[in-house]
Amino acid sequence: MSADTHKKPKKFVQDRDAVAWKGRYERYDIVKEFLIALVVVAILVTGLAVVFGSPDDKPVTVRSWSTANPVDFAQTAITELDGTSGTAGYGPPYNENGTAQSIGFITPEHWLGVHHPIDTANDFVLAPLSTLPNDPEVQAAVAEYRAASSTQQAAWTAAYEKAVANATFTDGKLTVPAGDYGPVGTIVTALTSMARSGALDGALLASRQFYGTDYTKPLLFIADGQYLASLATKDHLAGDQWGMMNETGQWPGQAWLWLYTLWYQVPPANNSTNGDFQVFAIMIGLTILLALVPFIPGLRSIPRWTRVYRLIWRNHYRDVEGPGGGGTSGSPPQVEGSAPEPEPVSA
Amino acid sequence: MPAIALVFTTLFGALIDLNKPGNYIHWGFIQMSYGNLIVIILMVVVFFAAILIPFKTHKSKEGDR
Amino acid sequence: MTIADPKAPRPDQADLDKAADRPEDADQWTAKIRTAAVEALPPQRMLPDRQPAYVASWIYVFGVVTISALCVVIATGFVLAIFGPNWWHVSSTGLFVNSLHLWSVEIFMFAMVVHLWGKFFMAAWRGKRKATWISGVVVFLVSVGAAFTGYLSQQNFDSQWISTQAKDGINSTGAGAIFNVTNFGQMIMWHIVLLPLCVVALVGLHVLMVRLRGVVTPFAAKNETPGVEPGAAASEVQA
Repeated sequence: MSADTHKKPKKFVQDRDAVAWKGRYERYDIVKEFLIALVVVAILVTGLAVVFGSPDDKPVTVRSWSTANPVDFAQTAITELDGTSGTAGYGPPYNENGTAQSIGFITPEHWLGVHHPIDTANDFVLAPLSTLPNDPEVQAAVAEYRAASSTQQAAWTAAYEKAVANATFTDGKLTVPAGDYGPVGTIVTALTSMARSGALDGALLASRQFYGTDYTKPLLFIADGQYLASLATKDHLAGDQWGMMNETGQWPGQAWLWLYTLWYQVPPANNSTNGDFQVFAIMIGLTILLALVPFIPGLRSIPRWTRVYRLIWRNHYRDVEGPGGGGTSGSPPQVEGSAPEPEPVSA
Repeated sequence: MPAIALVFTTLFGALIDLNKPGNYIHWGFIQMSYGNLIVIILMVVVFFAAILIPFKTHKSKEGDR
Repeated sequence: MTIADPKAPRPDQADLDKAADRPEDADQWTAKIRTAAVEALPPQRMLPDRQPAYVASWIYVFGVVTISALCVVIATGFVLAIFGPNWWHVSSTGLFVNSLHLWSVEIFMFAMVVHLWGKFFMAAWRGKRKATWISGVVVFLVSVGAAFTGYLSQQNFDSQWISTQAKDGINSTGAGAIFNVTNFGQMIMWHIVLLPLCVVALVGLHVLMVRLRGVVTPFAAKNETPGVEPGAAASEVQA
């Protein structure tokens, strides 16, 4: 779009190139500007902190979850045991039981494989129960379950899953309609008691070492239930509520994630099993586009077309074009201002 | 020390309690909390204010509308 | 430059200060780097006290505001780190420092976005400033990551919900194999060590690039020919 061609081999492209500044320089104290900005920001931050504070909602524990909603806990526990929970059928990086998200033949989740192996039946249910001392009835149930064939296990858990849908919890006891579910009833009831005592929180975390900082197991277990999601939905934090950019209470959240969360609300991502990967792919593409704006004809011309720059540099253009020069085109070139110190054109 | 602690707790407890259910706008599939909406509107306002409000430079004596 | 000169180097350093002029050191790596650095960014350009006359708009202050906010973010983060991750949940002073940290981050992101819009509408990548633009985009991305890991490091309901939701997005890219958002220990390391280092280093690089090329010049005025500074020879054009 260069209007002018000169002898130089490289063409001047307005949206890519810039001329060197030959005009006037003025005093500009950036250190002072920085210090003033620092003071202003510090005052503003202090004011906002004093007035609005910050959120700190108590975390959910396995104990608080199973205390608030023991039936949901029991219904989740059986899905961990029979392998139908979200985590059990997740796939990589936790296990091989689910399909990795893909776009065409691209399946990075599958390529990178299992890195945080979780066997929900053992890790979330049987192993924690095995840590309970002095409870022969529970240990016998666990042993019976472990010794049974997988067909027998499946029959028991299927029967229990059907029964627990109508479970109630009264007087500190989980009551599940009778059924042919073998030791599974004892197992889930014991796990529920263990959860309500707080012992399961510890058992899920302290698997290998004293100092635990990896909350993957308790978090995934809690997230498999309905309780955490119901709290989040109440606070407008669910994925289909643009929850990613929201915060608990009335605080502003990560507003800068608006574009990322937008894609979860519209096709194809909002009704695809590969939604997460699609959203990421879109965002990676858009980010690369943003980084490469200077190289992309058309995109890089938007600033010139929108003419916002005429406002930003309005004093400069008034100086260069003279009075009225801003409105009419074709005003005679009246700028002799080629010298380093041009006389300011008086308005 | 207790007096200081008292001042701190009074001062450092937020004056406006935002810890209650938020309000949300719903425009079709767009949902946004008032908190985020205010932040985003402020960004746009500040951007245009930054462009439109005259910037005092040391030499600009003339015509700052 | 002689010792008698009132502006002369300190006597004890005089020999060192002459080093720049020693021709026999020209092939020394240290000397080469110093010469290149001083040539690219002499002190007057590194910390200029003059700006082109067109640098006269409030939009220019938002880069500096962003850096100021970053300073407050780091200072408050320092205080939170001194007392450890439990402190702000049990102390009202701690909660207040956490509030300062949160709001400085909000202002940091706010100012950075306004800065980005301003630079976009000035097409500030023109004239060999493309790398400056790209470095700015990278700073924005890394800052989003730093803020995100901050939300994961809060040890409250927010962190739980955000981590169990975000894991699906991260896992879908395969990154979940390495970057486990439900691992608190890993996330707080990223949040207080790796990502702040990256943000500060990248911001530093970004500022150096800005100082190297200076502030982008305006588009040609109506009575100017694009690519030709009035009265200047065509050879002045930088492509």
